Amino acid sequence: MIELRALTKHFGEKVAVDHLTFTVRPGIVTGFLGPNGAGKSTTMRMMLGLDRPTAGDVRIDGKHYADLHDPLTNIGALLEAKAWHPGRSAYHHLLCLAQSNRIPAQRVHEVLDTVGLTSVAKKRTKGFSLGMGQRLGIAAALLGDPRVLLFDEPVNGLDPEGIHWIRNLMKGLAAQGRTVFVSSHLMSEMALTADHLVVIGQGRLLADTSMAEFIARNSRAFVRIRTPQPEALRDALHTAGITAVASADGTFEVCDAQAAQLGELAAEHRIVLHELSPQRASLEEAFMRLTAETVEYHAHDGEPPPEQDRPAWGEGWRQGRGA
Amino acid sequence: MAATAAVLRSEWTKIRSVRSTVWTLSLAAVITVGLGLLISLLVNNEFDKMPLTERLTFDPTYTSFAGMGIGQLLMIVFGVLVVSNEYSTGMIRSSLAAVPQRGRFLFGKITVATALALVVGEVTSFVSFFVGQSVLGGHRTQIGSPGVLRAVVGGGLYMTLMAVFAMGCAAMLRSPLLSLSILMPFFFLISNILGGVSATKKIARYLPDQAGQKIMMVVTRNDGRPYGPWLGLLIMAAWVAAALVGGYALLKKRDA
Repeated sequence: MIELRALTKHFGEKVAVDHLTFTVRPGIVTGFLGPNGAGKSTTMRMMLGLDRPTAGDVRIDGKHYADLHDPLTNIGALLEAKAWHPGRSAYHHLLCLAQSNRIPAQRVHEVLDTVGLTSVAKKRTKGFSLGMGQRLGIAAALLGDPRVLLFDEPVNGLDPEGIHWIRNLMKGLAAQGRTVFVSSHLMSEMALTADHLVVIGQGRLLADTSMAEFIARNSRAFVRIRTPQPEALRDALHTAGITAVASADGTFEVCDAQAAQLGELAAEHRIVLHELSPQRASLEEAFMRLTAETVEYHAHDGEPPPEQDRPAWGEGWRQGRGA
Repeated sequence: MAATAAVLRSEWTKIRSVRSTVWTLSLAAVITVGLGLLISLLVNNEFDKMPLTERLTFDPTYTSFAGMGIGQLLMIVFGVLVVSNEYSTGMIRSSLAAVPQRGRFLFGKITVATALALVVGEVTSFVSFFVGQSVLGGHRTQIGSPGVLRAVVGGGLYMTLMAVFAMGCAAMLRSPLLSLSILMPFFFLISNILGGVSATKKIARYLPDQAGQKIMMVVTRNDGRPYGPWLGLLIMAAWVAAALVGGYALLKKRDA
């Protein structure tokens, strides 16, 4: 379990994380979603005691990170940025981490095997591909067999096979009763992995909800109908009291009826249908609507952002470096 | 103290599993011994042509340490890399997540690196002495002569303290490039220039390298230094302590 209470981080003038309060529960995969620059990585770094909160508090199974004995046996993390020496072998990287937390050396071989790096364990990590690097990071996270696991953007740069592997790994860890907290900026990825969802934008909490509830609330379901007899269909729907919206490509979208009901209605009126398909507005759209106001780096379609919001070049460096 | 022992083991694994450790320390030893040998040979050949005052104050021990001026730079590279590699590679995030007690992490690392530097420094110093004496012919001295053993042991301590000073500076500066580009020219050039110019001579005597080198001298020249060998080493140790305190204070305060 991870508990955040009014967790806040300022970098100079900039507020990176703004009074975040939520709880990450064991036994499920909790997705941590937000656009780039929303404060996800900063939040995770504060969970690990790497960044000091400006205010507020974060606890791992009731304890502050610095008070954990052999922290790797309590919480393991895959950080977004590379966190090892490229001149050291994967084996020695894991061995030095294991030794610092009194984890038996045998465990190093086990996690290397789990992530499939045994054959390159003695090679320097300099030549590792992005995917092998992710696997090494995951091996380090699993090293202490921890109850709590953090994954910061774990699928970044992975091939489909690797993505599939990580997804199943995270689900498996949660099924064993562990707390799994995984960040992403991709809603579609979260929809496949997470049971629960925490959404932030500009450091603020936007949603803390179960995945099912988020989908139910945010994704509009409708039925798409295509017919060569639009007039006849419109009349039939009108008579039945069903509202249909004609879309630009000549199809109809119906929100308040099931596909079966519409098919029977068409048959009754002897209307030919070329398409009758249940649809869902994408979660990606729902996520973009939710975070629209908080996205920090908008693409502006060539239109420059308002002048007054934009500091002169180099003006902000001092704030950026502060704290 | 089991946790401290665990950190020491971990840091030993770290230090022995990267190549920079081996090449910096072996180069430091080879260069110090090699240059000492070369200069001792030259001095022995040219001894009769040297001015009388230099012949009267000839210090065979210190002459065999002539390679330390360059050798110390390699010890600095070793000290800088041991600490700043954590930052330049991103390893620091893994390290502090594993050992969140930052003092225990930093001093665990520095203890292991210092112990290794001490072994290499002492071996280098003794080998330099004996190799140097072997080619000094009639001008040689014995390890048992007054003050010689102190100077030879002190040579190893000097090399070690130089490395530790670099570790403290690197902990403050974090970047290997920045640390090296300050420390290397300082100890290769600037300190010597300051020590040679009469206006700054009196202050330069208290710089870490100039104060520390006093321990390696056996024949007391009238060099005007107001401290003896051990006090000189103590002045150097004070610089080292200041660098370590600074490094610890910044590590404690900063986000990793």
